[in-house]
Amino acid sequence: MSQISQKNTPGQDGLLPDLSGRSSVFERVIGIVLLLCGVISILTTISIVVVLVREAYLFFGAPEVTVREFFTGTTWQPAIGKFGIWPLVNATLLTSFAAMVVALPLGISAAIYLSEYASDRTRSIIKPILEVLAGVPTVVYGYFALTFMTPLLRTIFGKGNVDIFNTGSAGIVMGFMILPMISSISEDALRAVPDSLRSAAYGLGATKFETAVRVVVPAALSGIMAAFILGLSRAVGETMIVAVAAGAGPNNFDSWGEAFSAEGFNFFKAAETMTGHIARISQGDISYASLDYSSIFSIGLMLFVITLILNIISRSIVNRLREQYE
Amino acid sequence: MVANKTAERPLTAKPVVSERASSGTGNLALDARDVHVFYGDFEAVKGISLPVHEKEITALIGPSGCGKSTLLRCFNRMNDVVSGVRIEGQILYKGQDIYASQVDPVAVRRRIGMVFQKANPFPKSIYKNVAWGAKINGFKGDMDALVEKSLRQAALWDEVKDKLHQSGLSLSGGQQQRLCIARTLAIEPDVILMDEPASALDPIATSKIEELMLELKENYTIVVVTHNMQQAARVSDRTALLWLGELVEYNDTQTIFTNPSQQKTEDYITGRHG
Amino acid sequence: MIPETNTNFNPRLAARQRLGNIWQGVFLSSTIIALIFLIVLMLNIINSAFGLVVLENSIAPSELSEQPLESLDKAALVDILIDNISRNAGRKLERDQRFFADSLAFEGQDKWDEVCLRDEPPSGCSGAARSTSDVLVLVYERVVEQQVIETYPLWQSLTQGNEIRAQVAEEFPTATVEFWSWLDRNFITSPMSSDASLAGVRTAILGSLWVIVLTIIIAFPIGVGAAIYLQEYATDSVLSRIIQTNIDNLAGVPSILYGMLGLAIFARTLGYFTSGQFLGVGAENGRTIISAALTMSLLILPLIIINAQEALRAVPNSLRNAAYGVGATRWQMIWSHVLPYAMPGILTGTILAVSRAIGETAPLLVVGAATFLTSDPTGLFSKFTVMPIQIFNWTSRPQAEFRNIAAAAILVLLIILLTLNTTAVLLRNRFSSRR
Repeated sequence: MSQISQKNTPGQDGLLPDLSGRSSVFERVIGIVLLLCGVISILTTISIVVVLVREAYLFFGAPEVTVREFFTGTTWQPAIGKFGIWPLVNATLLTSFAAMVVALPLGISAAIYLSEYASDRTRSIIKPILEVLAGVPTVVYGYFALTFMTPLLRTIFGKGNVDIFNTGSAGIVMGFMILPMISSISEDALRAVPDSLRSAAYGLGATKFETAVRVVVPAALSGIMAAFILGLSRAVGETMIVAVAAGAGPNNFDSWGEAFSAEGFNFFKAAETMTGHIARISQGDISYASLDYSSIFSIGLMLFVITLILNIISRSIVNRLREQYE
Repeated sequence: MVANKTAERPLTAKPVVSERASSGTGNLALDARDVHVFYGDFEAVKGISLPVHEKEITALIGPSGCGKSTLLRCFNRMNDVVSGVRIEGQILYKGQDIYASQVDPVAVRRRIGMVFQKANPFPKSIYKNVAWGAKINGFKGDMDALVEKSLRQAALWDEVKDKLHQSGLSLSGGQQQRLCIARTLAIEPDVILMDEPASALDPIATSKIEELMLELKENYTIVVVTHNMQQAARVSDRTALLWLGELVEYNDTQTIFTNPSQQKTEDYITGRHG
Repeated sequence: MIPETNTNFNPRLAARQRLGNIWQGVFLSSTIIALIFLIVLMLNIINSAFGLVVLENSIAPSELSEQPLESLDKAALVDILIDNISRNAGRKLERDQRFFADSLAFEGQDKWDEVCLRDEPPSGCSGAARSTSDVLVLVYERVVEQQVIETYPLWQSLTQGNEIRAQVAEEFPTATVEFWSWLDRNFITSPMSSDASLAGVRTAILGSLWVIVLTIIIAFPIGVGAAIYLQEYATDSVLSRIIQTNIDNLAGVPSILYGMLGLAIFARTLGYFTSGQFLGVGAENGRTIISAALTMSLLILPLIIINAQEALRAVPNSLRNAAYGVGATRWQMIWSHVLPYAMPGILTGTILAVSRAIGETAPLLVVGAATFLTSDPTGLFSKFTVMPIQIFNWTSRPQAEFRNIAAAAILVLLIILLTLNTTAVLLRNRFSSRR
């Protein structure tokens, strides 16, 4: 002990510990390399934004294009220099709406069943099956929409009324694609509701249904909202189902009057969505110098902004929910 | 000295239920007869018979895990909502077995209300917290008056009358628990079951709850589970000591705390069993 | 019944319970509808992947040779070609790839020499000769010209087989009816073809394999590295919070936007590198396997990071303290204790992310998957197609028989995905039960 305090130059005789920290150079390098791995994700985001904004900027700089027409025009027809985004947005709205009409009630009902009614055993069987549904590639759903859902709709509503490509069929199938996500997030929200609330309701003479729907569901409402918004974001960004089944050309309108007539919101008509248009135009050897090329980036930018806003809203709701129960 | 007493009163004695406790003077609000509760293979309540008298406070005491909460939850069939619980025996309410096959547990809970250990107001306004149970049960009168009456009975009215539409969660812990009591009073039950209603509260809030219980005794039958023996001594008319799922002794509170007939009761009350 | 003696209340319990039962039925049927949808989806695909086909030949094989064509040697098969296809078509085939190493079948020697001396001689001048089986395929394609004129789905084939046969016999007397599994050995091993009955998914399977393996090589280390940084190194600094928020946001970006990123950055801006031109080899543009893999890597990176973070979070702190307690550095602690403990979870998450990547179509469509590709990928700088792209192409064609092979390709894809997911689940269960 006294020896150590006298000879305090470390490591000289090989007995004393080396506390100088020389080996930490390696540690530092590792830390920096790991940090760089994390930074790649930031670079990805920056690249997405830069790429979209730059090409969109070029697009709006072209003589054929005005920002005004982009947002107010009702025709998207690059061949004649018409770039009004509404027909594409309208088709996206139609498919997403149809998807949510299917996914929301079914998804929430399934979530209530799994969370409030099903036994552990039943849940352990049903949940993996729903996960399978979530794992099916979207192109397969597209195939299903085209080869099953569309003929089914045509049988029910008449071949004259339903186009071979239509937003309704794509939207319905998309709804089933989103369903597992909605039900799984909603179920998490329902199960996060403390049992004490259920006990309170039972203790007041509520039936199981009253407890589930009038106490548990309202308490989990923000989580269910988050599921809804996240599902909507998925629907807006979904590509393959609409590329296969919704239509291979924008459903253009001559005027806003026509756009907002029954014709504009006809689920049985073919119409190309934003994502569908991007997918179709970028297939094959698209020339990098063409207006077609830069036009899809303007659509992409719009898509990015919409989904980003939806995702941020949804996550802030979920975070608030987490704080509420922790 | 302890050894002497043990010799006089063996620990394995059958539960002592005093003549007065079992028959009593008043009518019986509830009458548990040989109740067994199983969680899977584990027997949490091992054949307890316990008469509960009308317009009295009956306290269930005993160490953690003795089955007192489980027994309490049998009285309004709250155990039904827990999966894997099996209940045997009878519990008579107004002469009818509430576990009989044609009885709807929802109807039982409507008549036998419950207040829980941890205050659990709904994430709704104070008003809706009180009104909700009455509303689903088809209350026919003036809801505003019912809410006021219930909150007054729960000694909460003066504190919340100006903020009835604020969230029930905005109240303090003690207020929340009185809100939960008001909520139970609003459905006008015959019996109120209280599961350690003050265990999560500070001493001042606890004494408020205790005062409230004594007032409510005028109109309601109360069964209260408590960890706190002083509380049982202060508020209850009769006390039952449970031990490992069995009823050790049931008698009027006075007797239990001054002259218990069982060695185990005395040990527990004097703190020798922790 | 418990009598309601309190006249202030009218609980109408029977009606309430009835309502509750009705809604319980609604909730249950919603769940069942979702399950039924999955079943119908699967049945629909199986229904299209098998069934009766009506085949008609331009020339029956029996008219070409008395023996079965499969037993003929190459010379006899080439003779059949010479007799039945135009000289010009034959020349073209020969210039693509010659029939005999030592002699010519369609072209004169002088002309051949002249053609081969041109600046850009056709591939037939230098390549090896066609094999017997290649020639046999040519005979079938060009001479027999077996054509699928009608296909029937499985259900109809099973229930109305006799009616179909009778009807075909009446309408197409020369045609034959066969029961086909569109998914068979040939389908797996044949390259793309414009004829549905000959087309296969070999090119696409190999393409998927190349892209996925590269994606794993790129994304796995980076993803796990980023997760380790966020869980083990990052203090609650501004930078780490930005990274975390950013990763959560990236996970919600539509996949097609990753495709646009890949198109603009990897295929176009970095085209000189991703086409392989900087090495003097490869494709004419950057729409290559490496571009696809880089795009896919960015796409699944957030998923890998989030899953790996979860796995790292599950490592008990006592383990870290124990390692520090015996004098380990931070990296030694991570490498020897935390990573091995978290690895099953990380692998499970990675498998799930990879199975997502295998099924992704939109980004690769945008990056520029080839729509018609018959040659196998040979390296990083080959043009590519992948399974889902192939399915998309076939689905988009109007002819019914392409729907059949699309269904067969979907079956192949789903079997691959199911295998992967089962592996992930087994991995998860095995290691979680061990703890």
